[in-house]
Amino acid sequence: MKILVTVKEVATVEDEFEIEGTEIAQQYLGADLNEWDDYAIEEAVQLQEDGIADEVVTVTIGPEDCEQTIRQALAKGADRAVRVWDDALEDVDLLDVNAKTEILSAVIEEEDPDLVLSGVQAGDDSFAATGVSVAENIGFQWGAVVNHLEHDLDDGIASVRRELEGGVEELTDIELPAVLTIQTGINEPRYASLRGIRQAQQKPMDVKALADIGVDESTIETELELTDMYEPESESDVTTWEGSADETASELGELLRDKGVAQ
Amino acid sequence: MTDVLAVADHRRGELRDVSYEIITAGRQLADETGGDLHLAVISGTVDEFADKLNREGVDAIHTVSHGEEFNHDVYSQAITQLYDDLAPQFVVTPNSVNGLDYAPAIANELDLPIVTDTVDLETDGETLIATREMYGGKVETTNELEGDAIVTIRGAEWPAAEGTGDAAIEAFDADIDEDAVGSTVTGFEEVGGGDVDISEAELLVSIGRGIEEEENLDLIRDLADALDATLSSSRPIVDNGWLPKNRQVGQSGKVVTPDVYIAIGISGAVQHVAGMKGSDTIVAINTDPNAPIMDIADYAIVDDLFDVVPELIEEFEG
Repeated sequence: MKILVTVKEVATVEDEFEIEGTEIAQQYLGADLNEWDDYAIEEAVQLQEDGIADEVVTVTIGPEDCEQTIRQALAKGADRAVRVWDDALEDVDLLDVNAKTEILSAVIEEEDPDLVLSGVQAGDDSFAATGVSVAENIGFQWGAVVNHLEHDLDDGIASVRRELEGGVEELTDIELPAVLTIQTGINEPRYASLRGIRQAQQKPMDVKALADIGVDESTIETELELTDMYEPESESDVTTWEGSADETASELGELLRDKGVAQ
Repeated sequence: MTDVLAVADHRRGELRDVSYEIITAGRQLADETGGDLHLAVISGTVDEFADKLNREGVDAIHTVSHGEEFNHDVYSQAITQLYDDLAPQFVVTPNSVNGLDYAPAIANELDLPIVTDTVDLETDGETLIATREMYGGKVETTNELEGDAIVTIRGAEWPAAEGTGDAAIEAFDADIDEDAVGSTVTGFEEVGGGDVDISEAELLVSIGRGIEEEENLDLIRDLADALDATLSSSRPIVDNGWLPKNRQVGQSGKVVTPDVYIAIGISGAVQHVAGMKGSDTIVAINTDPNAPIMDIADYAIVDDLFDVVPELIEEFEG
């Protein structure tokens, strides 16, 4: 069985930051592997260790800068990576769901995996829509917000749990090939070993432009336009206790006694 | 004229709150250009659901009786057929776990743009202006798109529709292709039971990512002991396996309403806030004065929890 994992480098933002136009100013931004994707990678690597998957391939849409982040997935055990980037993507403010769907679908059709694992959402733009959109687009089955996957996929069925709201899980059988969007907590992502990190540098990273995967530039024109970005107005009427730790702790202590919840 | 098709959410025989909120959101969009609000109720006891959802502002309710529980293939087929029939400009669905299991598929099937997790919407009949957050709520953005679109709305952002409506309730004869149904729900399970029920506690000491390491949890356990409080947490602590699921406060965990909720090292992501905003008094201990938790906290200590918590323990043990 071949598993493909979609991986994204996400932007992280410092506590204090400034906005320039419709972006956060560069100096306040960091980069990290998307948290949800880390769980998706771990699930794929565990399927490989359990002898169910023969090959784990990651696919990402991103510029050269993101290669170090993507190599984290290779260091944790993925076999090789595909990275799609193109000059045509350089100037796009926000790559919308349809554009991501077109690109990822083309790679998946070329790779022809049995199972695609995708993070539920990306920590930066948080659309939580791409995995399901891709599945529909390529005629795969799917399941959104999966927090358990039985490692027994022999009969062409993925038995999963979907994490619904309010502490309820839905048990669902999904026919393969399928796209599952993976929720945090499904497993405990490993840290890459030093040996893994060394090996990752030697693993293949195929870089492809849109033309290489047969995607026409015009089809990735995004329909959603980001027009403004601002800090949400604080609705806070919080009383902040000032002073040293022992002073603020005793303010809180007094409150708890006043409310009668602690003595 | 902007017609809107909104889709109700239900589970195990109960309509979810967002089903009433989506009427308000849908009505608002339809009103902005004088259009109609259609509501789709799919699977389960649709007639009973339709009666409950017949509130002020709904023009028509279309019921699709097929199966008991949510199935994304049934929803996708029914909604795309309703879209073809009614030609609404916007299809509005909840940004729930189930909403996210079909809304992107419909968008792709109908070749429409999708904007998810919106907290505010506005239209002039051509352009939709959707407000949504990015970077875990650190910023809000406005996003514009032209023409038809699929929109998912965040729960608890619009008030629930009230009153009694005079909607036409009609069964919609959807043609569901069973061969295209590729997934089967085999059951449900309540998780998070066990030795403690955090929703019963009067005083909750709740810990988040700020604790950094599992070993540090002992500090918070000591605090809970000193205060005779119950220990709870935000999602990452449970994801890490440091506390069991029955300690998790939030959308996918428990909803709690203690007299006092002490949020320690919790930034206050919307999913967490959904589970604790009903607390009588909220105290936040956090190094970041701009953390979203401050928006709903009554009292705050902007300081390092590793300095404050030992002092607090001493205060009650000493």
